[in-house]
Amino acid sequence: MTSELDIFVGNTTLIDEDVYRLWLDGYSVTDAVALRVRSGILEQTGATAAVLQSDTMDHYRTFHMLERLLHAPPKLLHQLIFQIPPSRQALLIERYYAFDEAFVREVLGKKLSKGTKKDLDDISTKTGITLKSCRRQFDNFKRVFKVVEEMRGSLVDNIQQHFLLSDRLARDYAAIVFFANNRFETGKKKLQYLSFGDFAFCAELMIQNWTLGAVGEAPIDPDSQMDDMDMDLDKEFLQDLKELKVLVADKDLLDLHKSLVCTALRGKLGVFSEMEANFKNLSRGLVNVAAKLTHNKDVRDLFVDLVEKFVEPCRSDHWPLSDVRFFLNQYSASVHSLDGFRHQALWDRYMGTLRGCLLRLYHD
Amino acid sequence: MPGKLKVKIVAGRHLPVMDRASDLTDAFVEVKFGNTTFKTDVYLKSLNPQWNSEWFKFEVDDEDLQDEPLQITVLDHDTYSANDAIGKVYIDIDPLLYSEAATVISGWFPIYDTIHGIRGEINVVVKVDLFNDLNRFRQSSCGVKFFCTTSIPKCYRAVIIHGFVEELVVNEDPEYQWIDRIRTPRASNEARQRLISLMSGELQRKIGLKVLEMRGNAVVGYLQCFDLEGESGLVVRAIGTACTLDKLSSPAAFLPACNSPSKEMKESPLVHPPSHGCRSTHNSPIHTATGSRLTQNFSVSVPTLIYTGMGSGSAGKEGGPFKALLRQQTQSALEQREFPFFTLTAFPPGFLVHVGGVVSARSVKLLDRIHNPDEPETRDAWWAEIRQEIKSHAKALGCHAVVGYSESTSICEEVCILSASGTAAVLNPRFLQDGTVEGCLEQRLEENVSTRCGFCHIPYDELNMPFPAHLTYCYNCRKQKVPDVLFTTIDLPTDATVIGKGCLIQARLCRLKKKAQAEANATAISNLLPFMEYEVHTQLMNKLKLKGMNALFGLRIQITVGENMLMGLASATGVYLAALPTPGGIQIAGKTPNDGSYEQHISHMQKKINDTIAKNKELYEINPPEISEEIIGSPIPEPRQRSRLLRSQSESSDEVTELDLSHGKKDAFVLEIDDTDAMEDVHSLLTDVPPPSGFYSCNTEIMPGINNWTSEIQMFTSVRVIRLSSLNLTNQALNKNFNDLCENLLKSLYFKLRSMIPCCLCHVNFTVSLPEDELIQVTVTAVAITFDKNQALQTTKTPVEKSLQRASTDNEELLQFPLELCSDSLPSHPFPPVKEHLESASSNSGIPAAQRATSVDYSSFADRCSSWIELIKLKAQTIRRGSIKTTVTVEKASPVGDGNFRNRSAPPCANSTVGVVKMTPLSFIPGAKITKYLGIINMFFIRETTSLREEGGVSGFLHAFIAEVFAMVRAHVAALGGNAVVSYIMKQCVFMENPNKNQAQCLINVSGDAVVFVRESDLEVVSSQQPTTNCQSSCTEGEVTT
Repeated sequence: MTSELDIFVGNTTLIDEDVYRLWLDGYSVTDAVALRVRSGILEQTGATAAVLQSDTMDHYRTFHMLERLLHAPPKLLHQLIFQIPPSRQALLIERYYAFDEAFVREVLGKKLSKGTKKDLDDISTKTGITLKSCRRQFDNFKRVFKVVEEMRGSLVDNIQQHFLLSDRLARDYAAIVFFANNRFETGKKKLQYLSFGDFAFCAELMIQNWTLGAVGEAPIDPDSQMDDMDMDLDKEFLQDLKELKVLVADKDLLDLHKSLVCTALRGKLGVFSEMEANFKNLSRGLVNVAAKLTHNKDVRDLFVDLVEKFVEPCRSDHWPLSDVRFFLNQYSASVHSLDGFRHQALWDRYMGTLRGCLLRLYHD
Repeated sequence: MPGKLKVKIVAGRHLPVMDRASDLTDAFVEVKFGNTTFKTDVYLKSLNPQWNSEWFKFEVDDEDLQDEPLQITVLDHDTYSANDAIGKVYIDIDPLLYSEAATVISGWFPIYDTIHGIRGEINVVVKVDLFNDLNRFRQSSCGVKFFCTTSIPKCYRAVIIHGFVEELVVNEDPEYQWIDRIRTPRASNEARQRLISLMSGELQRKIGLKVLEMRGNAVVGYLQCFDLEGESGLVVRAIGTACTLDKLSSPAAFLPACNSPSKEMKESPLVHPPSHGCRSTHNSPIHTATGSRLTQNFSVSVPTLIYTGMGSGSAGKEGGPFKALLRQQTQSALEQREFPFFTLTAFPPGFLVHVGGVVSARSVKLLDRIHNPDEPETRDAWWAEIRQEIKSHAKALGCHAVVGYSESTSICEEVCILSASGTAAVLNPRFLQDGTVEGCLEQRLEENVSTRCGFCHIPYDELNMPFPAHLTYCYNCRKQKVPDVLFTTIDLPTDATVIGKGCLIQARLCRLKKKAQAEANATAISNLLPFMEYEVHTQLMNKLKLKGMNALFGLRIQITVGENMLMGLASATGVYLAALPTPGGIQIAGKTPNDGSYEQHISHMQKKINDTIAKNKELYEINPPEISEEIIGSPIPEPRQRSRLLRSQSESSDEVTELDLSHGKKDAFVLEIDDTDAMEDVHSLLTDVPPPSGFYSCNTEIMPGINNWTSEIQMFTSVRVIRLSSLNLTNQALNKNFNDLCENLLKSLYFKLRSMIPCCLCHVNFTVSLPEDELIQVTVTAVAITFDKNQALQTTKTPVEKSLQRASTDNEELLQFPLELCSDSLPSHPFPPVKEHLESASSNSGIPAAQRATSVDYSSFADRCSSWIELIKLKAQTIRRGSIKTTVTVEKASPVGDGNFRNRSAPPCANSTVGVVKMTPLSFIPGAKITKYLGIINMFFIRETTSLREEGGVSGFLHAFIAEVFAMVRAHVAALGGNAVVSYIMKQCVFMENPNKNQAQCLINVSGDAVVFVRESDLEVVSSQQPTTNCQSSCTEGEVTT
């Protein structure tokens, strides 16, 4: 006696959260059944393994049918085939678009192309996440990217509108899309200590301050403005950043800047002497990062540079985070007292964001 | 030209990509009705076209309006080649044809293609303007309302219940060998869908005409079925109960609502009937063979084999019915309609007086090509013959009517088994004629008698019993005789006193049969049938006793025929009726008493059985005060008394008990283990696992003993197909496979629905089919309803108290002592006759204990009985007179009968978002009040694939299809402005596969009533105005006085 066909269809589509998770995690039916057995469900319910197998198959089939709709979540809301209560729909979408930290760190900043997709095998081996799950996550990133790529307006809003994600998840996706678009390098060894959260935080600051959307320069003629408001950095801004070079190139300015900072921080900083000794190096590092951002290659290396030029020197001198904060605040603020420096607004736009990023990046 | 149909195509969405190059679609729409077609403009390059068409107007006869579906086809425009069809929508506009129902159909419909399934949605608005029609000889029957619900729909009141209406139409099946067909599958599928749609429209119209002829205005319990007879054609047949319904004015409509769902159920006019009882008197096939037709109750029709003029050996026996049939045919059309059958399963209060028992008839036929579709005489004659037989069975039971009546077929190749079954009953003539005052007095009396236990009382003459049965005095009123066991096909009346909870009881059976052709095959089947019936009955009886219960409701026995086997599946809901005697236990007897180890084994089995009975009693809370000792510890009766139930012999259980009657013992239900076969039977008895705790199941509308439903419901369909290993199939192996299949299916359901605990699976409906040689397909549709466990405990007694209350008010005219007895029957009170009972159980006195317990003496009772018969006869006459009379007088009772003037109520607000549409096989929605019936939903779909593997195999294919069917039903209901389907039923799910060709095809037919419901919490303001306690009695009063 073999079961040829075995289905269960409810007027309200039954969703088992546990099975959904197993499915999302890419387990085969057999593995999922084994995992469920291990969870002790048989003892709790008095069911048999055959019942569990049939139930799991059913749910997998349902999820498989739902997957097509999950690729365009608004369709899930308007479709008529599956009657699912709104709260459950939200859960389905949110879980489907959720991703693993380990996975996202592997692909963050990489081009979401076929080439990367080929590397998923390695990523799967490295992270222990099933290949199936890796594919889903990668495809999610790519899909969201494709949809919002050409859109104007707020990146987060666009994502939310087209994928019906929660605010938190939409922000994460905005960061992923932003990183993928600008191809920021995140995989270098010295960046390994950074979490996705760290990058997402920086991405949000950068989107808020360094993109076209940030300055609210809605293009008058839509056709003339080809750049995306939120995804691309403001080219003009990057160009202007060259002007900051004067802060380190002009020796007087540099000295004056240093003395202002030192005066203000004397006695307040545990690592004052180290700061004083390193001031010029640090300042040169920060200003040179800005000046180089006109080149795509250097934009990609932004985080590598920040870690190399600022985070690592400070860390080697054992600056506590509070001292870093004091220093960066004073370092940014003191520029306003430099009479010969004319690019105060530019400096604030640059340094305001950078300061936030650096503080976030500064940890072990 | 009495109607103008107006259609507007608004927009489409989620269309499939038809042009690979642009990833877009150039869609347009064809709107077709009858032979007229309109087209919209092509909406270029969009998957979400906005056509916003003008109103397409069709001027048509109302006959066409009823027959034809509106056909909407969405196509992709192609400049160079033929336009590609995207899919179709068929809209049945019947709901627009009668007042009170929907006034507009407007909403998003799934665009359906038989090959690709649902492909996007289309927004359509449909309206109908009807003109007054003065033609009296019209062929249409617009205005007759149809309900699938097998009770008087809520928010209506039955003025007259006219009776049985039936009709069938036949045609050639456009595609009978689908898999070998060469023409495109899509074309033949669509031809078939359209034909069936047309045929059911025609059928409905014809039934409507009959109803109008009878001066009714509605059909309740409408059941339409398709017989796919393959090469010999396609039959669409329908049965129903013609009624004259009155819409309750809105305050009255809310009257029965009260507060709790339980109350609603109690008070609703439909569920109220004080009737049922059935007697499980099954007659042995041997008896049948010897031709003592009168003794049949649960009868097996000896099959008539009609093929090209030549009769089989058994044909001679059929002479009687056959002649009757001929007579029947010569009868006038009016008398033809005189089958006193009712498809209802629940009745207005007072309608049902007594119940005789289940009557059923089957017959095996050889299908022949239908030569002239316009005169489907043969099929008509077949059914007439069966109905005649049912009628005579009912008569033999002293009953003049059959309730809970249904018909079904099972077809395999050219052999067809026709089955009909129902419950013989005595009805109150009040509802069968115009509501004159004269009926009132009698009715009043009747109602008193029928209170709570009346329906259990035997309707036949005790001295001339139609079949052997064991009678005792009613445990409730002590006045009338009741049988020891009752089988019925109807729902449990809500005012019946039930002890404990009910449960689903199933008997499952397979029998191998040699493959054979034509006559030989039909003969083989007809020879097997009686044995199957008998065994199914024995199983039911055993299982019922094992549960410690004494009555079955909603009994449905399905016999399915396949190439090389027959399957029998009986489902029913077992309950313990307080009015009936406590069931005896089951005794096991060995045949070789000398073998010591064997004896031991037997006693071990016996202990297991006794334990199971005890456990079941606890599980289902069956604890009538007086019985426990008697049952559990009952000694094995003396050998002389012990009647043997030999498997090979065909004595029925009832005969057995009848033999014992003179000894006053009733607990001797003996299973003799004389071979491995019987052993296995006992084992299988014990293998039925009770549902996990927190779950209950039944196949009736409501679960006895649970009455505080909460509002969560989940309707589902589950399908399983197993492949038998073809080697060495034996009956035992087959039985085990089938049993496991059903049990595993139930287990899976319990597991899947575990999050709803505590809950009850209601209206569990199993259907078995044998699509191929080694395949068994089981389809289950049911609804899971949650209930409040704590409240359940508190309220279990209230129905009893309530009915008591009612009884005491109603019973004033009656003798005093029943009243006392009524109060005695409360479980909490000690029950005086118990002692008597025990006494009699221990003594071997020949006088039935119950008889001694009451003061009524036997002879006077016999007198009563005969006077009863008089009464019945009298009633039978009044019915006949009544139905004629009604044809004249109904007009005033049904102001909407003609339906040509319409209530232009405010159009239902069509929600643009996807609203929730509930579906349930029940006639009600827990915690809600149905405020409007929008019309019948009757849909037929075919789905076919040539890429089975790619669609996830057979499971993926069917899963998607059933989900799509649900979606299309919901969409149609939503477009009518409704938010639920009640009395939903999947009548057919025919699945065929050919994995080698990577193909599969499935046909599904569903129906139900589209309704609008309002949550009870929203109604509180209204219902609070009503004093809730007296609701029920005031309802009853209302019914009486009209």
